[in-house]
Amino acid sequence: MTTTTQQHTASDLFAQALRYENRADPYPYFAQLCRRPVVPEENGTWLVSGYHEISRLLRDPRVSADRRRPEEEQPIRKSLLVEDAPRHDQLRHQVTEQFVPRIMGLRDHIDGLVTGLLDAHTSQRPGQLDVVGDLAYPLPVTLICELLGVPREDEPVFGSIARRLTRGLDPVETQTEDELRELREARGELVQYLEGLIADRQAAPADDLLSGLMFGQGSDAPMDPIDLRVTLALLLIAGHETTVNLIANGTLALLRHPDLLARLRAEPDLVTPLVEEVLRYDPPVQMSGRSTLADIDLGGTTIPKGSRVRLLLAAGNRDPRRFSDPDRFLPDRPGNAHLGFGGGIHYCIGATLARTEAQVALTALARRLASPRLVAAPPPYRENAILRGPDRLLVSFDRLTPDPRSV
Amino acid sequence: MNASETPERIVVVGASLAGLRAAEALRDEGFTGELTLIGDEPHAPYDRPPLSKAVLSGWLTTDHTELPRVRDIAARWLLGTSATGLDLRARRVELADGRQVAYDRLLIATGTRARPWPQQQGGTLHGVHVLRTRDDADRLRTALAAGPGRVLVIGAGFTGGEVASVCRDLGLEVTVVHRGDAPLASALGGVVGRAATGWYRDAGVDLRLGTTVRALEGDARGRLRRALLSDGTVVEAEVALVAAGAMANTGWLAGFGLAADAHGVACDHTCRALADDGTPRADVFVAGDVARWPHPLYPGQLLRLDHWDNAVAQARTAAHNMTRPPHDHRAHRPLPAFWSNQFGVNLKCLGLPSLADQVVVTQGSLDEHRFVAAYGHRGRLIAAVAADSPRVLDGYASLIEAGAPFPPELNATDGPDRLLPLDAGFAHRPAPVPDRPTVPSIPPAPSLRSVPAGHE
Repeated sequence: MTTTTQQHTASDLFAQALRYENRADPYPYFAQLCRRPVVPEENGTWLVSGYHEISRLLRDPRVSADRRRPEEEQPIRKSLLVEDAPRHDQLRHQVTEQFVPRIMGLRDHIDGLVTGLLDAHTSQRPGQLDVVGDLAYPLPVTLICELLGVPREDEPVFGSIARRLTRGLDPVETQTEDELRELREARGELVQYLEGLIADRQAAPADDLLSGLMFGQGSDAPMDPIDLRVTLALLLIAGHETTVNLIANGTLALLRHPDLLARLRAEPDLVTPLVEEVLRYDPPVQMSGRSTLADIDLGGTTIPKGSRVRLLLAAGNRDPRRFSDPDRFLPDRPGNAHLGFGGGIHYCIGATLARTEAQVALTALARRLASPRLVAAPPPYRENAILRGPDRLLVSFDRLTPDPRSV
Repeated sequence: MNASETPERIVVVGASLAGLRAAEALRDEGFTGELTLIGDEPHAPYDRPPLSKAVLSGWLTTDHTELPRVRDIAARWLLGTSATGLDLRARRVELADGRQVAYDRLLIATGTRARPWPQQQGGTLHGVHVLRTRDDADRLRTALAAGPGRVLVIGAGFTGGEVASVCRDLGLEVTVVHRGDAPLASALGGVVGRAATGWYRDAGVDLRLGTTVRALEGDARGRLRRALLSDGTVVEAEVALVAAGAMANTGWLAGFGLAADAHGVACDHTCRALADDGTPRADVFVAGDVARWPHPLYPGQLLRLDHWDNAVAQARTAAHNMTRPPHDHRAHRPLPAFWSNQFGVNLKCLGLPSLADQVVVTQGSLDEHRFVAAYGHRGRLIAAVAADSPRVLDGYASLIEAGAPFPPELNATDGPDRLLPLDAGFAHRPAPVPDRPTVPSIPPAPSLRSVPAGHE
């Protein structure tokens, strides 16, 4: 009987964590879930919220990244996010070979983009800035478009598609009929958009990632058109919907800790551990899914073969067995090996790029905003529970100064 | 002062990876007293793994191999001078230059050195190299850059393979002479060794297995010219690398009351050095390649690891225990882990394969240069080796630590339809392992089995 009670409780806690009313602060529910690090829901899905347990499953060869229920609609081709070895490894290698050289040495360019975005709002008088709409969203979108070779002016088209698709990542039981219909439409629109883009590039190759994947380089063969479309969709959405939350959540943490904001102004190097602490404390991707290929024993609890598993990264990041004072934002904490970028073979490909973008953006905000204050506490959040972050982040300031380095 | 009191003077003998990381950890642990580092090389602490790879290939010069400093350690550095003796009662280290350095706590981290070629068989010839230190690497790099007609590598272990691999990348002809039936076989067994044989041959290495070098011969000016092999053939070469394993740097401790011999310095699981009567010393600790200690995963023997990760972890544990009372001591029981890069293959290993009786490929395939091989001993998983799949291997760590059944039921998506365990193919059968951990007999006899040195 006890087991049944616990299962109810875990499912209830998880449902609470997903409720929109709790979007601004799901962490108390995660903290309660974390007391039972491995626990089944009534529907047979397992919730894993302990740091060490998540860490192990992310690296376990008995775990598949394919998290769909058998009754769910199967895609034509899996993206590398949900694909397993050996196909995952081939796709990942192809993407890495194209992606990594293109993001090396980008810091100055990112710095230029951030400067430009903030210059548009420079003011010697008190004013307001929406950190999401004015900086945290346009920065990664511009970058991912440049990298992939997607025209920036198409943003209204694919931006809307991306927003509707990411909502589709959330647990299906939390979505309305309208949202599910929108999701199907958005998938169709994305296929159409990307196929058009691929046809354009086929006719006129350029020096971008899309062309690189399409024609193959080095040891890699060209990617076939379906893989190309699926991969492109993944990168475009990942580039759209994750870094925005990292920058926004980082800004939020700074506004809530004025002492750290002051320190960051005085010690720019603080930004490196500070961004890592944002990734731990308030991660842009809150959870990930897996399924088990064999029975897996985790500290005495056995997850049976064939189970779906939710890895609650945001909960594991605040596991008191791994992090002391887990609910405090402490950039100086030693050994901050957070789960913000996942782990194992699916570790975030864009981690380096996302880190650089956030580091540059937060440094610039600290440098240029005089007396910034949060207008709404908490700010309004987006519907999304998994790719979670503020919808708007209005900040009032006394001045938004020109970049002191350019004077 | 008494061993339970707070130490005021700590001396670290050995200024390489373990010594430096221990010194940093001592400061992290709050030690504010006088800290002295003694090193026989003139160089500041440097990183050894790049020496056999990036340095030899010319990508990196040795002055760029200095180890990054994690924190300021405010230490007194005595470099370029070796320790020659130890007075346990007076708590003093004697140096080659006659100085004496007093300590309250001593850490021995003197590491190992390359086993040299016997002098009477040509070991003094110009062109005969070993590879362990920065200076060794500079000399070998210079010799390779001069474009010798052929390089002879003696021993196809990790170092031998890495050097042969770099030589082929540089376009040099290479002959590798190896006593065993396959490269890497003493560390990874015959099954993975046979795969490695393919890497050597595909890279165009002239690989002579089951063969030894009888003698190295030079010209009238003392320069290496040829090697006489056990099969009666002669290999013409101007450069030879002797990659015949490592020897513990313990000569300076002989006769001073510690359980130290050519195999290393024996210590307990908390890194306390053992006196020659087998009792742990409260004031002398050991870390890194020179340490031999009992590990609960490998009962019945003392383990010595030439692994980068182990040096760092053991240094930290030693530093913690040196500054704490015994009830607060931590045990050092890491899962052994090391890696190597050769012939375009990244090899990573967890556990100790050499103790295995069986091996099975669980992911990928041996022919594809990309695989994971799991090693079992009496039906338990004890080690795993990954070729070009380093991230995948992490998933085996907890299974090895838990002693999961072998062959492991993984159903990995890139695994075979059916697991086919093979004989692990180690030349010598593993010594029987008792069911329960036993206290090793002291003073340490030569190790029950010499646990093959892994690599970094």
